[in-house]
Amino acid sequence: MPIPSSNPLIELNHVSRSFSQDHRPDVRVIDDCSLKIYPGELVALIGKTGSGKSTLLRMMAGLIQPTQGQVLYQGQPVTQPIPGLSMVFQDFALLPWLSVLGNVELGLEALPYKHHERREKALRAIDMVGLDGFESAYPKELSGGMCQRVGLARALAVDPTILLMDEPFSALDTLTSENLRADLMDLWNTEQTNLSAILMVTHSIEEAALMADRILVFSANPGRIKTELRTALPHPRTEQDPAFQPWIDQVYDSITQAAQDDKPAGSRYKVIDLNYRLPSVSISELSGLIEALNNHEDSHKTDLSVFAEDMGLDVDDLFQITEVLEILRLIYLEKGDIILTPIGRAFADADILSRKTIFAQQLSAHVPLIRHIRRILEDRYNQSANESRFLVELQDSLTEESAKAVLTIAIDWGRYAELFAYNVNTGLLSLEDPDSI
Amino acid sequence: MPNLNWFTRKDLTLAPTPNCWDIIALVIVLTLLIMLGWAAQQMLSPFQLSQPKTVITLDPHILPEYALRSTLRMLIALCFSLLFTFTIGTWAAKSRKAEKLIIPIIDLLQSIPVLGFLSLTVTGFITLFPGKLLGPECAAIFAIFTSQAWNMMLGFYQSLKTLPQSLSEAVQIMQLNAWQRFWRFEVPFALPSLIWNTMLSLSAGWFFVVASEAISISNQDIRLPGIGAYIALAIEQANQQAIILAILTMLAVICLYDQCLMRPLTYWSNQFNTEASSTKRPWIVLMFSRTHLLKSIAKIYAHFKDYTQKQAPPLKPGFKLNTQTQAYCYWLYYGLGLMLLGYWIKSLLQIDWTPFKILQLHEFYETFILGLITTARIIVCTTLAALIWIPIGVWIGLRARWATRLQPIIQFLAAFPANLLFPVVVALIVQHQLSVNIWTSPLIILGTQWYILFNVIAGTQTLKKSMHDVSTLFQLPQWIRWRRLILPGIFPHLMTGIISAVGGAWNASIIAEYVEWGPHQLIATGLGSYIALQYRSGHFVQLTLGITMMCLFVLIINRVVWAPLYHWAQKRCQ
Repeated sequence: MPIPSSNPLIELNHVSRSFSQDHRPDVRVIDDCSLKIYPGELVALIGKTGSGKSTLLRMMAGLIQPTQGQVLYQGQPVTQPIPGLSMVFQDFALLPWLSVLGNVELGLEALPYKHHERREKALRAIDMVGLDGFESAYPKELSGGMCQRVGLARALAVDPTILLMDEPFSALDTLTSENLRADLMDLWNTEQTNLSAILMVTHSIEEAALMADRILVFSANPGRIKTELRTALPHPRTEQDPAFQPWIDQVYDSITQAAQDDKPAGSRYKVIDLNYRLPSVSISELSGLIEALNNHEDSHKTDLSVFAEDMGLDVDDLFQITEVLEILRLIYLEKGDIILTPIGRAFADADILSRKTIFAQQLSAHVPLIRHIRRILEDRYNQSANESRFLVELQDSLTEESAKAVLTIAIDWGRYAELFAYNVNTGLLSLEDPDSI
Repeated sequence: MPNLNWFTRKDLTLAPTPNCWDIIALVIVLTLLIMLGWAAQQMLSPFQLSQPKTVITLDPHILPEYALRSTLRMLIALCFSLLFTFTIGTWAAKSRKAEKLIIPIIDLLQSIPVLGFLSLTVTGFITLFPGKLLGPECAAIFAIFTSQAWNMMLGFYQSLKTLPQSLSEAVQIMQLNAWQRFWRFEVPFALPSLIWNTMLSLSAGWFFVVASEAISISNQDIRLPGIGAYIALAIEQANQQAIILAILTMLAVICLYDQCLMRPLTYWSNQFNTEASSTKRPWIVLMFSRTHLLKSIAKIYAHFKDYTQKQAPPLKPGFKLNTQTQAYCYWLYYGLGLMLLGYWIKSLLQIDWTPFKILQLHEFYETFILGLITTARIIVCTTLAALIWIPIGVWIGLRARWATRLQPIIQFLAAFPANLLFPVVVALIVQHQLSVNIWTSPLIILGTQWYILFNVIAGTQTLKKSMHDVSTLFQLPQWIRWRRLILPGIFPHLMTGIISAVGGAWNASIIAEYVEWGPHQLIATGLGSYIALQYRSGHFVQLTLGITMMCLFVLIINRVVWAPLYHWAQKRCQ
């Protein structure tokens, strides 16, 4: 593995990014991020979906320009994609009409290579990721894991210094991703390439803990780097290694901690405002988790990382669900443990109808958006209002896309709790019974 | 699942609510029509149309040559359409400013009846090349072009607008230059839809080839050697044998076209599809892959491919003009735009409106009523066609083997120019002295009814087997099954079919409401026959009025009826 030296390869200087909307205030997605990546490092950027970590990665790649601050590659500002920097995509981004070889060669076409040199380099990259024999196959013939290998070969063929990876394993099943991860680590550790650093965006704690030398914990609204963790654990790492468990626990703790920071002082619970970006978590996920917690152990504390592993949940799913449950005060998190509150326990023991009642109470008490919708509907003489009205309000501080997502999930919860009814064809929210609509 | 989607429009482009750009486009297109009409009138008054008399004979031996010439016209028009698609389509997709104007204009041009356009432009082309056959030849090719280009360009534009984000980011990371990006990424991505739209346009195009080869303008017959002219002469002489021969020749031509062009192209375009699909290799591809000819063709293709991979030097990745050059470019862009606008206004001012003053208010009223009559005729015919084809289409759609077997036949029927069959129907009407207004009506929908059938079959096939299983399980009676499952299931597809059929019907009305057989002239009351009569007698002002009226009818019905219905169907039933 290359030795870290003092000159950063890539550097972010107080970078911010806002997205402008028509006739609405700009929405800030990334806020004042600074970070340096040195030669020899494998850095993981971990955070929730929609926290802006992919935007950060795209700014480093030169695909998006920061609204404030600067991205430097070896001291030079990055304003467009540059040679020496390559990227692997979550959905592979392979051109379906090109064969494996064609896809890998494509990246070389922009470089001044002769035809045979191009072929040679492409074949070597294909060889490296273990795809020899599949040169003439088309992406649609390949499985997801194979496709991502092509993506990796394509990125490596241009002989990059830095490899950026945008959730490279999240579209793959567990076994495939484990297998690909091991092969990638092997490539990295044996220095078969001229790669000098890797930056990986992920939402799997396990993945990050197994691979990275440094983990940056990213928090949302607006996106910020919250904490930084380092380890000197040697590679290859395994989960069975006794030194590994403390490390992964440490990662869990700091991520939970990062989420705790927005709780008001002295309170166990999270308090949110009207424009809070509610995570898209379904009712069945919420009740499922509560039930699982209730059955898990009789003691009222459950260790987060153990629980996640037992349930086969990745951190993104788990934290989204626990976040909502915390807002609803059915659970709270403390030092890496999940604790079921009395209300949570009552919810777990209740039948379907009483669950709806508990849920309705908690929603009206602790989710301002739902309270707001209820109040507006009650005030109207016909007790109904169009969804677009609320959408416009949300767009004051959320992008159009997230405003839609937030309203959709709020409507979903509200309908389940029978707080209001909704007609998808007209977009009308109302207090009436579903029958009379 | 058979590849039955050829004639179902996946991406029907129906503009959303009109805005100010639509109004600008409307003004531009309508003034264009008026200017064309005025120019035609001007050209005619000082000197009559002069063109060499071409000798068309009914000798059967000449039919292959005529067929070849007709096909050639079609292919030349196709080349222009492709050129138009690649340039204007790309421009509209890449430049926001250009897009705002281009798209509404194209949307409007789509609603102008092709044959009306032809009658307005033919005089211009004739005066451009006086005394030569090249004039009408150009006019015919232009007419075929207008029947193909809009559809293809809009399809291509839509593909370019929907390039997947991650793919385009990957291409950006690889730093391909604009030229490489276009040929290696954008065009391949758009290819399936482009080829499919081309097929659709080509199939519809045979109708216009036949129609544009024989037009009578200002009481003069303009005949271009081709199948269309042959059949026109046969009609003039009421020669049944010649008509049958022409129909048979056309059948052979379409058959060849289907086997040698359509099938190989679709087969080839399959590799650009994102999903895997297995289609049988057409025999023609098999044959070529075993001959030397293929190798030489493959070589040309490889050269072209190489060329697309080369780095065009001035377009280095991230190539940007410096600010000064950029400023000059902007000045040039806007300067040219202003000049064009100035020219437009100048020509508008030059128009001598006196010929238009002869138009009386009652003529507007009259054409409006005629428009209503034609609308009624189209609605009735389409409804009848839908009533006939829905049960048949569902029946076929439910039987996969039949669908696969019938698919080539229906495709073939859709490509066959219905106007070749008109004389047969007309001869029957004359013989039995039937009512012209009623019995010429089916001609309107004769050529485009197949769209309804195709879409119904495709729609039926999208219904999942489990849905049928459920209705069998509950032992639902037939009519409940139709009302709750089949009709809502096929409704979005049916809508696409009906919209396509109606679009074609407006065009067909111009030649279907005015038909001849020997000395007999059958004229049905309607806007189509009005337009046909006006260009035959050379009344260009009235002709402009007729075309404008038809254009407005199409436009308003599209906006008020079809677009909302289509979107509703997409939302509710899918």
